[in-house]
Amino acid sequence: MRLRHRGGKMALRQMKDKERGVIIAVNATGEMGRRIRDMGLVPGAEISIQGRAPLYDPVAVRIMGFTLTLRNNEADYIMVETESDKTLQESEKEYAAA
Amino acid sequence: MQTTIALAGNPNAGKTTLFNALTGAHQHVGNYPGVTVEKKCGAFTFNDKTFNVVDLPGTYSLTAYSLEEVVARDFLAIEKPDIVVNIVDASNLERNLYLSLQLMEMGLPVCIALNMMDVAQKRGITIDIEKLSNLLGVPVIPTIARNGRKGAAELVEALYKMVDRNHKNGDVVSPIININISYGIDIDSALLDIEKIICDYSFMTDKYPTRWIALKFMENDEQIIQLAQKHGELFERVLCDKCLRDPDSCPACQQISRKCDTQLMQKVAQIVTRLTQHLQQTASTYPEAVIADQRYGYIRSLLRQGVITHHYDQNRLETSDKIDKILTHRLFGPLFMGAILYAMYYFTFNYSELPVSWVEGFFGLLASVIDNFLSDGMLKSLIVSGIIDGVGGVLGFVPLIMFMFFFIAILEDSGYLARVAFMLDRVFRIFGLHGSSVMPFIISGGIAGGCAVPGIMATRTLKSPKERLATLLTVPFMNCGAKLPIFLLLIAAFFQEHRALLMFLITITAWIGALLAAKLFRSTIIKGESTPFVMELPPYRLPTIKSVIIHTWERTWQYIKKAGTVILGISVILWAMMTFPAPPANVDNSAPETALKYSIAGRIGSSIEGITQLAGFDWRINIALLGGFAAKEVIVSTLGTAYSLSDADPKEVDTLEQRLKSESNFGPLTALSLILFTMFYAPCFVSVVCLSRESGSWKWGLFSVFFNTGFAFTLSVILYQTGSLMGF
Repeated sequence: MRLRHRGGKMALRQMKDKERGVIIAVNATGEMGRRIRDMGLVPGAEISIQGRAPLYDPVAVRIMGFTLTLRNNEADYIMVETESDKTLQESEKEYAAA
Repeated sequence: MQTTIALAGNPNAGKTTLFNALTGAHQHVGNYPGVTVEKKCGAFTFNDKTFNVVDLPGTYSLTAYSLEEVVARDFLAIEKPDIVVNIVDASNLERNLYLSLQLMEMGLPVCIALNMMDVAQKRGITIDIEKLSNLLGVPVIPTIARNGRKGAAELVEALYKMVDRNHKNGDVVSPIININISYGIDIDSALLDIEKIICDYSFMTDKYPTRWIALKFMENDEQIIQLAQKHGELFERVLCDKCLRDPDSCPACQQISRKCDTQLMQKVAQIVTRLTQHLQQTASTYPEAVIADQRYGYIRSLLRQGVITHHYDQNRLETSDKIDKILTHRLFGPLFMGAILYAMYYFTFNYSELPVSWVEGFFGLLASVIDNFLSDGMLKSLIVSGIIDGVGGVLGFVPLIMFMFFFIAILEDSGYLARVAFMLDRVFRIFGLHGSSVMPFIISGGIAGGCAVPGIMATRTLKSPKERLATLLTVPFMNCGAKLPIFLLLIAAFFQEHRALLMFLITITAWIGALLAAKLFRSTIIKGESTPFVMELPPYRLPTIKSVIIHTWERTWQYIKKAGTVILGISVILWAMMTFPAPPANVDNSAPETALKYSIAGRIGSSIEGITQLAGFDWRINIALLGGFAAKEVIVSTLGTAYSLSDADPKEVDTLEQRLKSESNFGPLTALSLILFTMFYAPCFVSVVCLSRESGSWKWGLFSVFFNTGFAFTLSVILYQTGSLMGF
């Protein structure tokens, strides 16, 4: 049996494509913090990485049913707890099965 | 009885479309975040009441983050609309309600138009509208503004009822439902303390609810803090009204007021600092963050009470995301983007050829008819050489510009432009710009055929003053619709076989020049950090034919209007400059060129010929380029006038293209040099005015005139001299 890595705390930048997680902290202050929070990136929000721009920056994040883009250096301020190494597709399959 | 309604909502929530459905007014509809910067008004009547509708800029929040937010907030606070219609995207309820809460906290009478019910349904979202309405305490009307104005009638009826009820209540503005979100014990008690201070100093209590002002203090809102610092002046007037003396000559009042504004700020700052320290120590957070978290928490708990049911996983991939997998793919994304842009030129040029020839034929016919009917003289010269050649030359390009705008409208409305910003941000950042700079660049003519004036205005969506200024100064380098005619003319005359390719190269050159100039500015005169790139990628939407047509027509009409007014006037002035003074009788003026050379314009053109020859420009081109300062369209019309005026046989109505080709000193190299110069030299007068206004200083307007001209001339000279040496 393959040992599954059961998630962990990391910055949003470190998340892999399609990976899901829950925001645990937003460490940005001032203007950047305000904009990040206004768009719904607050602790408790579920997010998943939708993809990255051709030059790997910015990153597209799926949150509350819409897509948001932010630069990697902005993603560094957002701490995420990933659920597991399940990808979105896998959880969709599980969801459909349920 | 008149009622003012303000439309507020997130970008892409369908605000502008609903505005059109309500008022029937035609205006710009976009799918790019922040496309409506200007305040737009309209009106409609229902039964006995007239409703004035104001379309506020789309915002996500009411902090003082961007100019749009400040504009929207100021309008709501100062104009005090009777009702605020908050357009909420039903498919995106959680984030949209964040603004709704803030509107309600401002103490405004809110009515929610729950838009895009169809999209929500498709995504498997069911919303209990009655429950939502009850929990929020405001009317909620479901609408589908996009197709067939569904729900618009119900919305109007609800608004009518709201107003009617208010009037019955003795003309008082709506019974405002006070929403008091709890922000936790620490913040709540601090809020109460600040509220008390605000009341004591009666700071803005006539404009906003005290709780809202207190919240803004806690959020460190720049605008409110500034107002608080200035509050003393207001206080002074109130005091002096009491002692009935002139505020300036009442030292007692002045002293009191000065004391009170510092005291107000001091007292508030004390509370905020204490709270911030406390939160920092206990939870390593700060008030503003807690407030935002709590607002979202409030929304979540509200929605969990059975308001919303998701039949699918909320973050599952929608069709739009699947499209994005390809369109923003590492390899296919940029390829597709390039292909789209190239295809646009291809279609524009190939399909606009026929209508362009019709328009040209019409003006040719008009010129020859007038030529036959009028006898030779000043009047005929004015009409044929001044007006028809000038305005006709500009209007000839209307079909082409219409095609171009048509494609841009599709890109904009479909949501693809936001993807372009997403893909290009990394590149733009290298040059000290922002992914959002793409929009001003494209509007200005990044995809050839825009206009720098709306482009300059579109820079308002950029928050960082430095990136904004860099964008402002470089957007005039883009190939606006007015520069196109001269490019097309020269391409048609000298590079007929490679039209699409050359046009593509011209566009690329403009981009490279603009980006390098931006980098130069950002590393010299406007240095500084970059601003956050937090942007929504709106779902792809099939643009509606109606909105694309409105869009296309509005922009084309602007172009035609400019041709009919400014260009007409300038054509006449330039004609006069080229006709007067007439050469004295003793000069042999059998050659018409002599007459033109003798005129004011000719003298100016000739006097600088010595320098401009370095770039291959003779006095005639100089005249045209001088005219281009007024408006770039004038370059073609002036060339037209210059060449037809100096034509030995005015009876022969020759196209300018053929005339240029037959000129001995006008070859492909001159054409390229002229294209390069036109691309980069001083922005037109209107742009300079706008640029000065937007940058807040004439200094920048003048800077752009001199810098750009110098920049363009240097490039043209290098090109022309290198080309000459290489034997072209």
